[in-house]
Amino acid sequence: MARTFQGRTVVPGRAQAPALVSHEGFNTLASYQMALMFGDKKVKCGDQNNRDIYKQPMFGVALCLPQTIGSTTGGMVFYTAGAMGKLPACMCFSKPIDSLAAAGVILADVWTDSHMPVVDSLGDEFLEYVRTGMTVTVSEDGTVTVE
Amino acid sequence: MKLTPEQQAILDGERGEVPAKVMKTLVMYGETFGAETMVPVTGRLGHTVISFGINAMKPVYDLYDRLLEAGMEFRQPFTADPLPLDRNVPSNLLQDLVFRQFMYKQQGRYEDQLRRMGMTSDRDFTCACYFDQVGNIPEKGDVLSWAESSAVSYANSVLGARCNRNSGIIDVFGSAVGYVPCFGLLTDEGRRASWVVEVRTTRRPEAQLLGSAVGMKVMEDVPYIRGLDTWLGTELNADARAYLKDFGAAAASNGAVGLYHVEHLTPEAVEQGEGLILPDAQVYVVDDAELDRVRASYPVMWKDPDAEPKLCFIGCPHLTMEQLADWTKKLEQGLKETGREKVTVPTVFTTAPAVLEEFNRGPYSVRLRKTGVILSYICPLMYMNNPLSKKMPVITNSNKLRTYTSARYYTDGEVLDILTGKEAK
Repeated sequence: MARTFQGRTVVPGRAQAPALVSHEGFNTLASYQMALMFGDKKVKCGDQNNRDIYKQPMFGVALCLPQTIGSTTGGMVFYTAGAMGKLPACMCFSKPIDSLAAAGVILADVWTDSHMPVVDSLGDEFLEYVRTGMTVTVSEDGTVTVE
Repeated sequence: MKLTPEQQAILDGERGEVPAKVMKTLVMYGETFGAETMVPVTGRLGHTVISFGINAMKPVYDLYDRLLEAGMEFRQPFTADPLPLDRNVPSNLLQDLVFRQFMYKQQGRYEDQLRRMGMTSDRDFTCACYFDQVGNIPEKGDVLSWAESSAVSYANSVLGARCNRNSGIIDVFGSAVGYVPCFGLLTDEGRRASWVVEVRTTRRPEAQLLGSAVGMKVMEDVPYIRGLDTWLGTELNADARAYLKDFGAAAASNGAVGLYHVEHLTPEAVEQGEGLILPDAQVYVVDDAELDRVRASYPVMWKDPDAEPKLCFIGCPHLTMEQLADWTKKLEQGLKETGREKVTVPTVFTTAPAVLEEFNRGPYSVRLRKTGVILSYICPLMYMNNPLSKKMPVITNSNKLRTYTSARYYTDGEVLDILTGKEAK
């Protein structure tokens, strides 16, 4: 059954992709470091502390997460992934976006050719409902449909 | 967002396309957090978290080339985080090859960019830019464009400056245009505490363990800490400042704390007292049992948990002069008690280049080197963040290093016992 959640648009746009769900804070540097260093085309998550998505491909997915955590290099990591064309299809935050992720997705949007819609404040219920592999559709107005 | 005519002119491209995009980035960043204005950066110097020319981040240096090639004016000089490489630090041939020929291939290019963008000096690579010997010490109330999480925490909490937990690149952008969006920790309301932490331990809590506990509990919120003055006193002397440096680094990395207040000690807590606490603040009690619980929750990331340590890092964040002297005396005493001359594990102490120079001129330098300890200016995180170092059993007293790498955390006392041979790992 499809369910719709209303969030706030951080980077506008539309996308549809399979969900990859991290219930824990997403450590941006730890998740991307090895994939960027070794040119991994699937961009598999390298954060061994994240049991939900460790070793799961992050390219082309709807990354569903509460917030990002970790090093303040996080923003430049998203920017780099954007410049290399290795960002997820979209990002859906259950909580208000944190300053490091916001910086990163805005840097990628303004300075690279990538386009990754980002929605935040979808609520805890969103993260409880969505499962890895479900189809996530993001609309311009911040509506996110999960089915 | 309401911009001043000058800010609007930059955004409209009157100074060129690249400064306009820099301003657009900062405006979008601020609007995401409800900022209504951009405020001038008033601190004398900036500080950037990016100090490494890592090959995987090549697009970042390409971006900086775009700023430089466009003739972008960098309004504020800045210091930077520690360098990633130092030949004094033990490494094997394979590590040397990987570090220099692969991982940090962009290092020379990036250091050249830093000089051209306004890096103050080749001596100013440190996470603790606020040390007297480095001199990037903001005044109370200064607005900053910094990103290094431990330095942001120290500047906000101990010095009373105002800075958000920015990302790398954003820090340089703010220094370049001289404005940052006004939200969060730049506002009076954003600096009020939504947590009260009651410290009820029976002994002085380990700074990096207490910081870890507080960070994990309050995450990005502002805590008001009671009871710590029992152990630190009410004067921000060298001992208290070093403690808060380590506490803040742990709280910032184990959580996302950018500002904390310590009752009767930190400047805003002294001035405003409990007026800083929000009416619905939650309470977190930290006693000996809670610290034990937090400590026991740390996963051991070593492949063989019983391995003998191959390396020890002390100095994340960088050590103060007083900490270097204190460790020297304790190591000498410990080694004397066990009848040894040298530490039992290859050990690296890290500090700012300017502190290193001053330390090397004083009496403790020779004494510390006699114990076998290696002094360096590097960032231990940079050394550890690669597949080769990840496999090494490394010990540390740094909760930040533990969080981001496979290094294993021990308290200062435990590290001392291991290094002096009083206790096998």
